[in-house]
Amino acid sequence: MSKDTIITQELTKEDFVSDQMVKWCPGCGDHAILSSLEKVLPQLGKRKEDILVVSGIGCSSRFPYYVNTYGFHGIHGRALAIASGARVANPELSIWVASGDGDSMAIGGNHFIHAIRRNLDINLMLFNNEIYGLTKGQYSPTTPLGQTTKTSPFGTIEEPFVPGELCIGAQGTFFARVIDSDPKAMAELFLASAEHKGMSVVEILQNCVIFNNGAHNYLKDREHKADRQLWLEDGKPMIFGKENNKGLILNGTELEVVTIGENGITEEDILIHDSSTANPIIHLQLVRMKAPEFPVAFGVIRNVKKPSYEQLMVQQIEDVKAKSKIKCADDLFRSGTTWEVE
Amino acid sequence: MNEKAQKIVELDEVVVKFVGDSGDGMQLTGSLFSDNTASVGNDFATFPDYPSEIRAPHNTISGVSGFQIHFGQKPVHSSGDIADVLVAMNPASLRANLKNLKQGGTLIIDADTFIDKAIEKAGYDESPLDNDSLKDYHLIAAPISKLTKESVSELGLDNKVAMKSRNMFALGITYFLFNREFEPTDKFFERKFSKNPVVVEANKKVLRAGYIYAESVAASATTYTVQPAKLEKGTYRNITGNIATAWGFVAAAERSGLELYLGSYPITPASEILVELENQRQLNVKAFQAEDEIAGICSAIGASFAGDLAITTTSGPGLSLKSEAIGLALITELPLVIVDVQRGGPSTGLPTKTEQSDLMQALYGRNGEGQVIVLAASSATNCFYFAYEAAKLALEHMTPVILLTDGYIANGSEVFRIPKVADLPEITPRIAKANDPDYAPYRRDPETLAREWAIPGTEGLRHRVGGLEKKDVTGSVSHDPDNHQIMSEYRDEKVQRVAKYLPKQELIGDDEGDLLVVGWGGTYGALRNAVQEMQGEGKKVSLCHFNYINPLPENTAEVFSKFKRICVCELNFGQFLNYLKIKLPEFKYDQYNKLKGLPFKVSELTMKFNQILEEI
Repeated sequence: MSKDTIITQELTKEDFVSDQMVKWCPGCGDHAILSSLEKVLPQLGKRKEDILVVSGIGCSSRFPYYVNTYGFHGIHGRALAIASGARVANPELSIWVASGDGDSMAIGGNHFIHAIRRNLDINLMLFNNEIYGLTKGQYSPTTPLGQTTKTSPFGTIEEPFVPGELCIGAQGTFFARVIDSDPKAMAELFLASAEHKGMSVVEILQNCVIFNNGAHNYLKDREHKADRQLWLEDGKPMIFGKENNKGLILNGTELEVVTIGENGITEEDILIHDSSTANPIIHLQLVRMKAPEFPVAFGVIRNVKKPSYEQLMVQQIEDVKAKSKIKCADDLFRSGTTWEVE
Repeated sequence: MNEKAQKIVELDEVVVKFVGDSGDGMQLTGSLFSDNTASVGNDFATFPDYPSEIRAPHNTISGVSGFQIHFGQKPVHSSGDIADVLVAMNPASLRANLKNLKQGGTLIIDADTFIDKAIEKAGYDESPLDNDSLKDYHLIAAPISKLTKESVSELGLDNKVAMKSRNMFALGITYFLFNREFEPTDKFFERKFSKNPVVVEANKKVLRAGYIYAESVAASATTYTVQPAKLEKGTYRNITGNIATAWGFVAAAERSGLELYLGSYPITPASEILVELENQRQLNVKAFQAEDEIAGICSAIGASFAGDLAITTTSGPGLSLKSEAIGLALITELPLVIVDVQRGGPSTGLPTKTEQSDLMQALYGRNGEGQVIVLAASSATNCFYFAYEAAKLALEHMTPVILLTDGYIANGSEVFRIPKVADLPEITPRIAKANDPDYAPYRRDPETLAREWAIPGTEGLRHRVGGLEKKDVTGSVSHDPDNHQIMSEYRDEKVQRVAKYLPKQELIGDDEGDLLVVGWGGTYGALRNAVQEMQGEGKKVSLCHFNYINPLPENTAEVFSKFKRICVCELNFGQFLNYLKIKLPEFKYDQYNKLKGLPFKVSELTMKFNQILEEI
């Protein structure tokens, strides 16, 4: 398990396909996510044995069975708690968590914010279909306000969570967003999340073909998607639109959509994306952007450097060991006040 | 020391109780007296008894904090029933504890605290110093507050700081009574207040002032000594049950060649185990203070899957929160130890008080069929060995183990003969070998039925486990009806087979007789004392005290069959009794139960046992 493990052979996507039958519905967005991860895993420079996939409960949580690595299918909401223990136990593993909006935002909300706050090096793939699929169609914490579902026959009366907002609010160091119909971008984001040392959250806007079909169609719509999606790239201006002439500026403390060439706006005026700035204010506004006033932000929105929990733990163990006179259990038991009986 | 030398009486055993307001430092006073008792070479057991509020309302009964120590020249198994010496630092603590002082016992009080307001708050109509309510005791009514102030007056401390050492004046009086040396306590002051020499000086002065006061004022009083106990050769220390539990796991990790992982969330009275293990980074201990009880156990399950010796610690309400995850550890057949330091329930109940509250929860508190191993430690030092045993059984049989301790033994301390790790039983984790072509997640050892532990990172053993039912051997997800029956039977049988590897149940006393007293866990000391007292009177009573609850030792029925009556004693309404009725329905049982948040008293037990004997 050492860092110097020699990769003896080139791995391919096929190496990561398990022998289990994939049981998601035809047309489910999960298939694209699985395929993207299988494409990325060979690029990590890790042996198959050094990869662990963990999940909770929900459709997305069947994920570990389909990946030919070590896998753990947990209980509802607890994927991140389980992954946290595995992470601390073995800092060498590459750990991936598959979790849905119910698993991560509702029953597992507490673990979500705390795993992020601790900055454990875990890659969370957050499948957001804005519905409970496996239990057949109840609303979730990300279901838009007013939507009718089985448990909200007259429309929901609660505001949804924005996962990115929670992530950044919990001092998240990496947040990215992608849509399931864009597997190429998804693979790139997975790779970026793997390269990030610390907790990374990739929110995948995913379609539940049975219980919330078309939830993200507004964003996917071929004709309008250029106007409705803003793809962020570091060092590049936040420009979008069919004509590539719309952009974001900061008006006071608020983001505002402007058109280049109108009202004296030039490309120079458009905000430049910097995912690595520690100040979360712009990142927060980017993740909160909602249609129709704004485009929805995609790509790596936040990616800042901070030591990970397990790095600090390893360091602390080394530091304390170097200073301590107690080298083994026998030393410990004989420390402090003891006396001899002859 | 006074040359006149008072009459010194030698005693076999003594019980001293320190009581005061919850800010009066009674726990520290008690533990300093304990350390001093250790230095004399007595055997002892202690029992701290304190409210759940950090600072309950000043001078009220609910704010009384106490510390009891029982020491002797013979082996001591409990913190004692009734005190020979009571130190009461205010009226409320006197009122709450006088009933626990034996007639003719020595009563030391701070007379300065018996002012109208405090007397009224304690619920007295008039000061007990003004009537004859204390006439049956040897009373030392010392102006402790005033003399404390005077003894440090030259050090220029402010009043508040000076008064913090009042407890040391009381301690000094007890040192005179028991002919103790100052040295071990002085050393403690020097260590504890190394950055504040004036506080070291103040405490030393006040301790001596108490001693000298007793010597001069109570010159006619008798003082006492207790000869050193005849203990087995070895290195000894004082240890509480919680520290012993933590250390048992440290030893098990070292002996098994694994790293120790603790996932835990603070909860009274279990938090000291987490605190102790957070302090053991030097020994590679990865203690993780989780965001909640569920994360505590789930992270431990993750760590167990990843190859650490993983444990989680909690108390009753926390065990309830962990139920679902224990089921996950059970179906994934991973090694995991869950420590439950029991306290008064249900719900928040009595957080700082002891109770054998969770036996049923430990045995049955999960959805679905499935057993876990359940063990119970029976004394502070025994916590060490049963933490070790819990880890060994979890690792060798690939199953979760619940270890029950309780507030009494967790906070109480005893003299501990320190073992060498190399002398402890071997632990052989069932780790699968890399690239084993025959490896399958649910392939089982034919003897134990334990599966193998394939640790991530190991080549050629990639596999997936989880909460869904798995196919026998291969570990694929399976909803097959016959397979579920088979897997359920395997999980059940695996735990039952552990009985083959357990020691035979032993008795204290003859293996046949009139009455068999049955107990489990932390009631051991009181039950043992009661039974031995009656054996001393020639009565045919034996004690059968259980550490192994599930499975029971194989010879249990045989042991039970040799007695005319069986009395099951518990600090609950009869949880073990009901379990025995299920497991061994062929016997008739008597029961003795108490639910007051307090340990058994020897006197109440012997009364019950004598009653049963009279019926025979």
